[in-house]
This record gives sequence, C-alpha cells and structure tokens, in this order.
Amino acid sequence: MWQRLFTLIRKEMQALLRSPQSRRLLIAPVLLQLLLFPFAATLEVKNSTLAVFNQDGGAASIELVQRLAATQAFPQVLMLHSQQEMQQVIDRQQALLAISLPQDLSRKLAAGQSVAAQAIIDGRRSNSAQIAYGYALQVIQQFAAERSHQLPPARLVVQNLYNPNLEYRWFVLPSLVAIITTIGCLMVTALSLAREREEGTFEQLLVSPLTPGYIMAGKALPGMLVALVQGCIIAAAAVWVYHVPFSGTVGLLIVSMLCYGLSLVGFGLLISALSSNQQQAFLGSFAFMSPAVILSGYMAPVENMPLPLRMVSAVDPLSHFIIIVKGIFLKGYGFAEAWPQLWPLLAIAASTLALAYLMFLRRSH
Amino acid sequence: MSLSLRRLAALCRKESYQIVRDPSSILIAFVLPVLLLFIYGYGINLDANRVRLGIVQQDGGVEASRFVQTLQASPYIAASLSNSETAMRQQLQLGSVRGVVILRSDFSAKVRQGQGAAAIQLLTDGAEPNTANFVASYVQGVWQLWQAQRLPGQAEPAGLTLQARYWFNPTTVSRNYLVPGSISVIMTIIGALLTSLVVAREWERGTMEALLSTPVTRAELLLSKIIPYYLLGMAAMAMCVLVATLVMGVPLRGSLWVLFLVTSLFLGSALGLGLLLSTTTRNQFIAAQFALTAAFLPAIMLSGFVFEIRSMPLAVQAVTYLIPARYFVSALQTLFQAGEIWPVLLINLLFLLLSAAFWLGLTAWRTPRRLDGN
Repeated sequence: MWQRLFTLIRKEMQALLRSPQSRRLLIAPVLLQLLLFPFAATLEVKNSTLAVFNQDGGAASIELVQRLAATQAFPQVLMLHSQQEMQQVIDRQQALLAISLPQDLSRKLAAGQSVAAQAIIDGRRSNSAQIAYGYALQVIQQFAAERSHQLPPARLVVQNLYNPNLEYRWFVLPSLVAIITTIGCLMVTALSLAREREEGTFEQLLVSPLTPGYIMAGKALPGMLVALVQGCIIAAAAVWVYHVPFSGTVGLLIVSMLCYGLSLVGFGLLISALSSNQQQAFLGSFAFMSPAVILSGYMAPVENMPLPLRMVSAVDPLSHFIIIVKGIFLKGYGFAEAWPQLWPLLAIAASTLALAYLMFLRRSH
Repeated sequence: MSLSLRRLAALCRKESYQIVRDPSSILIAFVLPVLLLFIYGYGINLDANRVRLGIVQQDGGVEASRFVQTLQASPYIAASLSNSETAMRQQLQLGSVRGVVILRSDFSAKVRQGQGAAAIQLLTDGAEPNTANFVASYVQGVWQLWQAQRLPGQAEPAGLTLQARYWFNPTTVSRNYLVPGSISVIMTIIGALLTSLVVAREWERGTMEALLSTPVTRAELLLSKIIPYYLLGMAAMAMCVLVATLVMGVPLRGSLWVLFLVTSLFLGSALGLGLLLSTTTRNQFIAAQFALTAAFLPAIMLSGFVFEIRSMPLAVQAVTYLIPARYFVSALQTLFQAGEIWPVLLINLLFLLLSAAFWLGLTAWRTPRRLDGN
C-alpha cells in the first residue's frame, strides 16, 4: 500500500521536474521576485519632489525651506515663483506636494502671531501624498515648537514595537514568504490534474489499481513540497540577505507552512476537480489567487475592509498565514499565539479537501 | 506578407467560436472584471478610517480623563479601555489593536506642575508600518486638539500652522485612485494571461500543425489571435468603466475617446506579451506560469498602482519602464481623476505605443510559418 503511494508520488515528482524548463520555472521566478519586490513593494515615500512657493523672503522662511529640503523624503525641492506654477507642477505630477509660504511669514513669526502656510496635495495618489504631507507637517511643527516659548503640557512619545524604524522591508518579506509560495503551490496542484485530463492520461490513472484517495494524495504532495521549499528559500533570504529579525522558532514556521500548504492544496484540488481543461484550471486558480492576495491584509489591513469582504478574508488561508509568518518573524509568536490562526487553516484544509474528494469521486465515475 | 481578408475573417470566426464555447472565457470577460473591481475597490482601503486603539489609563486625574475623552471622541479612533498594560500589549501582539496609549499614574500631577515632564506614551504595531504611521498621526492630532482645548482663551496656537488642500480627490478616498489602477491590473489579466494560453494550446493539441499546413500567412495567423481577444478586452474595459463610474462612484473627468485610445495601445502590448509567451513556450502550463510572473505580478507590484515608483531604488525604477502597466496606470489615474492633462498623457501614450510595437513586433518575429523553424 505504501509502495503504491510512493511510486505514485515519484511519478508526480518526475512529471513536475521532468524538463529543465519546468524546473527552472519553480525557482527562477522566486529568485526574481525576491530580488525586485522587497524594494518595490513599499508604501514609504522617498525620493519625491516637494515644490515650494516662498512669497516671503525672510530668514525664517529660508530656514524652513532648508529644513524641508533636508528630510529624506524630499531630496529635490522645486522653487516656484507663482500660483500658476504651483498648479502646473501638481497637474503634471512633477511634485506630490506644493507648499506656499505667505508673504508675512517671517514678520508674524517674529512677532509671535499665528500664521498659516498652505499645502496643495495631489489627491490622485492620496496615500503617498498624505504620507509626504505628514513628513512636511512634522518638520513644520518641530520648527514652530522651537520658536514658541511655551512648553507643551505633555510630550507625546511614540514607540514602534516589533519594528522600531518602521522598515517596510520587515513587513514585506514575511508577507512574500506567504504570497510567492501561494502561486507555485496552487499552480502545481490545480493544473496537474487538468493536464492529465487534457492529455488523456487521467483515464489510465483511473483504470490502475489506485483508489481516488491515492490519486489525490499523489497530486497533493508535490504541491506541499513546492510550498515548503519555496517558502524556506524566501525565509532564508529574508533572514540572511535582507536581515529581517527572526524572533520565533523554525519548527513552528515549518509546521505552519505545512498547514498552509495543505489548505492551498485543498483549494488547488478543488479547482482541478471542477475544471475540464488547463485553461479553466488556470483561470480558476487565478480567480482564487487574485482576491486571496488582495484580501490577505498585505495590500491593506483587513480591518479597513467592509464587513462582507472581512468575512471572505476569514476563509482566505493567505490572510491567516501572513499573520502567522509576520508573528513568527517580528512578534516572537509561539504556538499559543499562532493557534488562533492555525486552526482556521486546518479547518479550511479539511473542508476543501473533503469537497475536492467528493467532486473527484463524482467526476471519476 | 500577403493578407487575405476572407481567410482572416474565417480564422477570426474560428477563434471567436472557441472563446464563446468555453464558458470560462465569458467568466473572464464579464464576471471576473466586475468581481475583481469590487474586491480591489473595497478591499484595498489605505485610509485606515477608525483604527483600533487600546488605552491603558493608570491615572484617574482630570487631565488624563480629558485626554482619554478627546481620544474617544475622535472619529478616526475606535478606543478600548483597560487598566492592565500586559493585557493591552498582548492584544497588540495578536493584532487585535494597532496601537496602545499609556497614561502613567503620575500623569495629571506632572501636567499640573507644568515642567514639561508629563509624557503620553504611544506604542504602535510596527509589523504594520502603514497603519502605524496613521495611528501615530491620528494620536498626534488628538494630542494637539487636547492642548488647544486646555487653553480656551486662544482660538488657535500661536506660531506656524499648515493648511492642507487636496486636489482632484478632496475627500482623499483611496478608492478613487485605486480603481483606475486596478482596471489596469484587470486588463493585464485579460490581455496577457488569456492569450498566453491560446497559441500554446494549439501546439499542445496539434492543431497548430494543421493550421500551418494551410495557406495561412503569418500576419493572418497573428491577427486572428489578436482581433477577437482585443474585442473581448474592450468589452471587459467597457464593463469596468461602467461599474467604476456608475456603481462605485469614481469620477471620470477625461473623454471617452482618449480612454479608448489608451486602452487600445495597452491591449496591444498585453496581447503581444501573452502571445509571445505562448508562441515561445508552446506549453500551456509553462506559459501560464510565465504570464503570472511577467505580467500579473509586475502589474501589481511595479506599476505604481499601489506602491509609489519614485520611492523605489533606481535599479527597480529602471525595470518599471519596461512594464506597460506602468504607463496605463498613470494615464488612467490622470484620466479618471484629473481629466486631459496632455503633458502627462502624451508621454504615457508614446511609451504605450513603443511598448505595443515592441511586443507585437517580437511576437510577429517569433511566430513560425514552418514546423521546423522557430
């Protein structure tokens, strides 16, 4: 019995690793994505341009402009000379943010009066623009605080736990462990059965002494292996290449990768059982994957979504797995902290696998 | 290259039958775009309206209570109170709150002394950097409001303030710029992913050999693959624009003909890329994987749809110039929210044209006319 299973798995692995092209396909995209995405997937605002229309010429205004120019977010400052120019740079996306300093700024500041500067923000990219505005605001508040002689009644001390400098890469890499493995694992499982059906080898499998349970196990294992190997490569790169801190245990990471792999394989087999050719299987996995990534909490936090989408997100294995991986990397998760996310993964795996098995039985008769 | 309209029409008809007969194609053209548009439009909300914040109030004094009241009154904060710091830190670790404000037991006393020694401590969840930024700026807003309320005599604090005005999107709804961006992701899916399978399927099933033994020319073969999928893509685009403007309330300030032009050029590159993958790999499984890696993921990650291109390192920025979605995203964001700003549009149109010519040209070059030649 074990021998049959073993032979079947060997056959599946051979089918997966047969051609050098498909072997390369399991590794090359992972490496490419590891190289590009940690640098690309950032909501930080760096290297953007600030436009300043300084109508005042006084010392205070010049110092303020210099301070703004010194922040990391704005290595370039465009000096403008009219209101029209302000409109133009925003229209043409030459600057995310344009600040206009009023004529009497230096005089009023010296006299201790209140004075308001204006910021025009490009709402076409409201998130980046809001962040850029936040940076500018900080500089201006700091500048104003130094000039006022009143002490604030209480200081606000902000401390970022788990990621003191809010490094985006620390957030991206653990999430990539989850996202990149999703693609590899799902494609391998969803398309393999459809390929057999298209090539006609599926009938041969059915007339062999293998029961549907075996066939499914044979299809499930390569997918889990792909998830595990790709996941480990990315996790290793995160730790040793990108220096993301790893505060949990490797054992827990592997256990959760297996649970996640199982739930993915469940979806993959379900898609596979429902589709009659590779194109349908491909589109099916795509129709699953794209919402799974979007609703996982990677692009935007789950709590910002409306209730119906939050409910969908609850059955999205990716959203649970991302929380676990980030927890293991950054927040020192042990089994107790991971369990609230692990059991949903197992429940998803159990129900999708059972459903896939039923569909499989129906279609193989 | 000679072109016979009759043969082309026949081939196009054959291709259209293939599209219409497979129910999954209809799913892609009409159901998937709408589904994805809703998921992108409502699922990606970067605005963090109402962050969950824990408050640990160890001080029962007036000053502390006033600060807590101001926090609770903020429309951006959903606050939960507790007096155990450990419990709150645990909730932060589990992600059920995104920030914790701690007021120590001597807070009110220190505020009254007025030496500037009082401190409001804010812990944020650094594992979610974007949300952590929002939490910090919301609490900062509350902190300033609290200061202003303590000094009822002064209407506004002396010194310098900054007034913000948002152009194009005054309410800063992130949906308004994410929906045009997601349309470009959806069009990438339809253009590149679907076509990546088309020619590969013909090779796998052996029907390509049958086609090549007919008098069909290379141009006819290529056009017969492009025209039906171009029409399918345009139908999906129309669907997306209708849903975005009528159902989701995203403004469309540019004109339809420019939108049509931009979309056509983008579809040219997307279809070209898909067909190229299909032609060179001759294997559906491999072509599909390539299409995901070369078209779909870059369209999400490197197009500037969510992640700002200017914030990327120069080497990665250089790569984004190769991604047609980059120009499509920028053109759509401008067309939808700002209208026809020609300096932005012309650059994008030019690059889209170049990229369409590049991908279609490469495909034409790689399309075989003979079985033995590649």
